[in-house]
Amino acid sequence: MSVSAVERDTAIRHIGDTGALIIIILLVWQGLYEAVGDVALTPPVATFANAGALLRSTSFWRHLDATTVAFLVSLAIGSLAGVAAGLALGFHRFSGEVAEPILTALYTLPKVTLYPLVLLIFGLGISAKIAFGIMHGIIPVILFTMSAVRNIDPVHLKTARALHLSPLQTTVTMLAPAVIPEIFTGLRVGFSLTLLGVIIGEMFASQRGLGFLVINGINTHDVPTMMAVILLIVVFAIAASTFLLAADRKLHRH
Amino acid sequence: MSRIARVQLAVIIGFFAVLELLTRLGAINPLTMIPPSEMAEHLWRLLWEGALNAPMAQTFVNVALAFMLSVGVGLASGLAIHALPRLRRLADPLLASYYAVPFFVFYPLLIAIFGLNRWPLVAIGFVFGTAAMVIATLNGLDRVPRVMRKLARVHRMGRLEEIARITMPAAVPHLFAGFKLALAYAFIGVIAGEFILSGSGLGHAIAYAYDSFDNQTMYALMLFVVVLAITLNAALHLGEQRLMRKRRRA
Repeated sequence: MSVSAVERDTAIRHIGDTGALIIIILLVWQGLYEAVGDVALTPPVATFANAGALLRSTSFWRHLDATTVAFLVSLAIGSLAGVAAGLALGFHRFSGEVAEPILTALYTLPKVTLYPLVLLIFGLGISAKIAFGIMHGIIPVILFTMSAVRNIDPVHLKTARALHLSPLQTTVTMLAPAVIPEIFTGLRVGFSLTLLGVIIGEMFASQRGLGFLVINGINTHDVPTMMAVILLIVVFAIAASTFLLAADRKLHRH
Repeated sequence: MSRIARVQLAVIIGFFAVLELLTRLGAINPLTMIPPSEMAEHLWRLLWEGALNAPMAQTFVNVALAFMLSVGVGLASGLAIHALPRLRRLADPLLASYYAVPFFVFYPLLIAIFGLNRWPLVAIGFVFGTAAMVIATLNGLDRVPRVMRKLARVHRMGRLEEIARITMPAAVPHLFAGFKLALAYAFIGVIAGEFILSGSGLGHAIAYAYDSFDNQTMYALMLFVVVLAITLNAALHLGEQRLMRKRRRA
């Protein structure tokens, strides 16, 4: 068998496995529905139909817009600041060693408990959501970037010196390729956590966004809408993470 | 105390000192944040009066239950998934995108399933922590040196004996990483769950204080949770280092 045929076979098997997994999840979902009933959840087929209807309604797009804007701004600020802080802490080894356990402790903190503080500082509205998204996403970005810089092979730097590369050339040809895969992993984790942060932020003290739709569904016992929004969020989160993971693996292979 | 630990302490103390100064001087509005010394004082009073005993007991039991369930189920599933390649191929994509799913949106569902009691909270902590434990177990098992497995075969060990005497000890550092994550996630899951939708526990107490504009209690409780998280982390970090030193000596 040629190499491409083997690759194709693994790809087909991969799709088959994913399909099996999806079928299992749908069966468990349907089973759960049979056991619990309409009070708590809607069955898969109805939920997909509701999600479709939701996607065609204009009010849903307004909420989606609100979440998207907050998420993108949080992600941009969190990624830039996180990478910058990570680079600084990575190059200055001592500060890095001082900061690492503190950052890890902050990472394990249930950040929801600090949300009232965020609300008091930023007020109700989009800036509180953005700040909360950043709080969730920035720490893994810093930690991964820092470890990427620390793990640069000294041989790379020696080679650069031996070849008399300018600082710019060293950065472009030696440092960047060495750290980018690991930083990308940090950004991938940060992506998911930022989304989580923004949606949790919308669940309190917000009148717009997908998180608000979920919590509103809970409070008004509108189970179909709640389930449909949850489905859309989960499908988006998994699709984005699968795509980023594939890119991540590709980067790490080189 | 090492130089790093001293600087860390200085950074933390400095942070609170600056906060204290800013709030005392009025640079930060007292309605936004109260001085850390007042937080600590109020926290001390709450602890002394026993006002926190009930929510604390509630939260700790929930976290402990979620943690134990995560570790037990995570370890067992990790072993099973590692032993069956077919299952592994199914589980890999699930584990890869597991933490991308914002699980808190399922919390109302859990309330509908379990009722409004401690079990939805335990369940969310469990759901949060288990995948980390499974991933850590798989990582550990994948890295058991092949020569160890050969040793087990040479000694004609049964499957269970091999797990108990070869696989587990070899995988311990990775398992410890799993314990740490499972505990952190159980903590986050339970407290956040209490905060969002629950009538008891530390998380609920914070939300309640916020809703009733009781800033003193709210900040006292936040300080408590922060100190708790830092203490837990430090304890696990020390435990891990001791374990590593022991292994290196052995």
